[in-house]
Amino acid sequence: MTRIDDNPVGGGHAVTVRGLVKHYGETKALDGVDLDVREGTVMGVLGPNGAGKTTLVRILSTLITPDAGRATVAGYDVVRQPRQLRRVIGLTGQYASVDEKLPGWENLYMIGRLLDLSRKDARARADELLERFSLTEAARRPASTYSGGMRRRLDLAASMIGRPAVLYLDEPTTGLDPRTRNEVWDEVKAMVGDGVTVLLTTQYMEEAEQLATELTVVDRGKVIANGGIEELKARVGGRTLRVRPVDPLQLRPLADMLDELGITGLATTTVDTESGTLLVPVLSDEQLTAVVGAVTARGITISSITTELPSLDEVFLSLTGHRASAPQDTVPADAREEVAV
Amino acid sequence: MSATTVTSAVTSADTRIPLRGHLRHTGALLRRNLLWIRQDPESMFDALLMPVIFTLLFVYVFGGSIGKALGGGQQAYVQYVVPGLMAMTSLSMAQGVGTGFNQDFNSGVMDRFRSLPIGRGSVLFAKIAVELARMLIATAVLMVVGVLVGFDITHWAGLFAAVGLATLFASSIMWVFLTLGVIMKNAQSVQAMGFLTLFPLQFGSSIFAPTNSMPGWLRHFTDYNPMSGLADAARGLMNGGPVAHGLWVTLAWSVGITAVMAPIAIHKFRTKS
Repeated sequence: MTRIDDNPVGGGHAVTVRGLVKHYGETKALDGVDLDVREGTVMGVLGPNGAGKTTLVRILSTLITPDAGRATVAGYDVVRQPRQLRRVIGLTGQYASVDEKLPGWENLYMIGRLLDLSRKDARARADELLERFSLTEAARRPASTYSGGMRRRLDLAASMIGRPAVLYLDEPTTGLDPRTRNEVWDEVKAMVGDGVTVLLTTQYMEEAEQLATELTVVDRGKVIANGGIEELKARVGGRTLRVRPVDPLQLRPLADMLDELGITGLATTTVDTESGTLLVPVLSDEQLTAVVGAVTARGITISSITTELPSLDEVFLSLTGHRASAPQDTVPADAREEVAV
Repeated sequence: MSATTVTSAVTSADTRIPLRGHLRHTGALLRRNLLWIRQDPESMFDALLMPVIFTLLFVYVFGGSIGKALGGGQQAYVQYVVPGLMAMTSLSMAQGVGTGFNQDFNSGVMDRFRSLPIGRGSVLFAKIAVELARMLIATAVLMVVGVLVGFDITHWAGLFAAVGLATLFASSIMWVFLTLGVIMKNAQSVQAMGFLTLFPLQFGSSIFAPTNSMPGWLRHFTDYNPMSGLADAARGLMNGGPVAHGLWVTLAWSVGITAVMAPIAIHKFRTKS
């Protein structure tokens, strides 16, 4: 399952990125990123704050230009053919937003007109998308009165006006409560069903798992892993079994024993001394049962045992051996702020 | 909803936007700015109230004493200050353009616009057009209040010429404020910078009082201050009297500012990250 091929404009790729570099002073927002998104798939770009995800989306939307490297979207070069490129993309981002002072309908109508739809078509498209995203009731109200979930749905509708071939979702659910997040996920899944290619950035493994078919993990402007989501999940441990022995002194021996037995997932068992737990990656129910069996056979008393999806932190731990970099210390969370003149 | 429909909108290798496209885009953005006013009528308060308050203040507070110096009374001052206030209004209203523009950047709306296949100029022109409309409304209010306090328009054609000159100057100075709106971090700083440029230009001019009693060094400034030029030209055009110097000063500044600042504003807008 090789994602990186040598042909920079490879067929069937909606997005191709080669050696993309963007520095803000000392900060390497992007430090040689390669990425391919096949047509009709959802590529998840997973990484902590400051990993360069938003910078990548901003370059691919022609909002900023890269310092080096090249990128094409639907065959159009981000630097040389920005205008054609803008016709085929949709952008829903942390920053790209609707006009809060305008009613939902007016926002969509305006974007329709800016995309050269006739008055009639722009009206019809606005009605249609409001209906589809369940916003018809709120069509005439200013967007500032919308709830968080309604705002995101309006954002999604706005990015769909031009029937984009490639859609960027830049952290679409950051800051939403779990129920609203599920709502947005359902909408995104429906959009993917229509055949649009999606580039999704997220900080949450769970979101990537829900929406993406392929995943690129980025950290400090570099790609640290990429592949099919199942493959990566396997590499980091499809699930994580969190085992807490009653006696913390048993943590180390237990980890060694499990690694020796070789019954866990691809990544090795990790000791989390802070919480006094053992993180055991498991790929299957059989492995899970085997781990529990081995622990019991050893006669070690455990106070709790839970399974969870690997968090972003655990993904990083497994892939890089270090935790996701603390963005506040090393990289500004919002690189844009840093460069504003 | 298929992904293929979109390619039909792509005009092959031709990336130029036809004039009709520019007009359509500017129209859509104009509509947006007008809807803002409907959504938030209070945003018109400055345009409607400022001319009233300034006219009443200057006429009734300073009118008596400056009018005496002019060789008349309060009425002489009305005749003097109303064209001056027209110049003041054009600059004050032009200044607002930067604040709104800056807010668009900070709210993320501008990112949406910049990721759409529209000419970057459309966004700027729509903003300028709406602010000019606000300026013209403020000017209309000023003239009504002016006439109510006794302003006498001798030449009606001159009135329209004066308004045209004020509009020209406002549209040129707006490029300066648009540039500030693009490069400054927040709306408050844009407003602060705006006022810093506003006050010396407005008060160091012939808007409120004749310049002949000012010290020589200051008169070098006031004589070539576009605010003096605009005020003097407006006086001459509406009431008769010398027009040429004021007219040339205003025209020279308007053309000069536009020639320098419009490309800078557009460049800053294009390259803003």
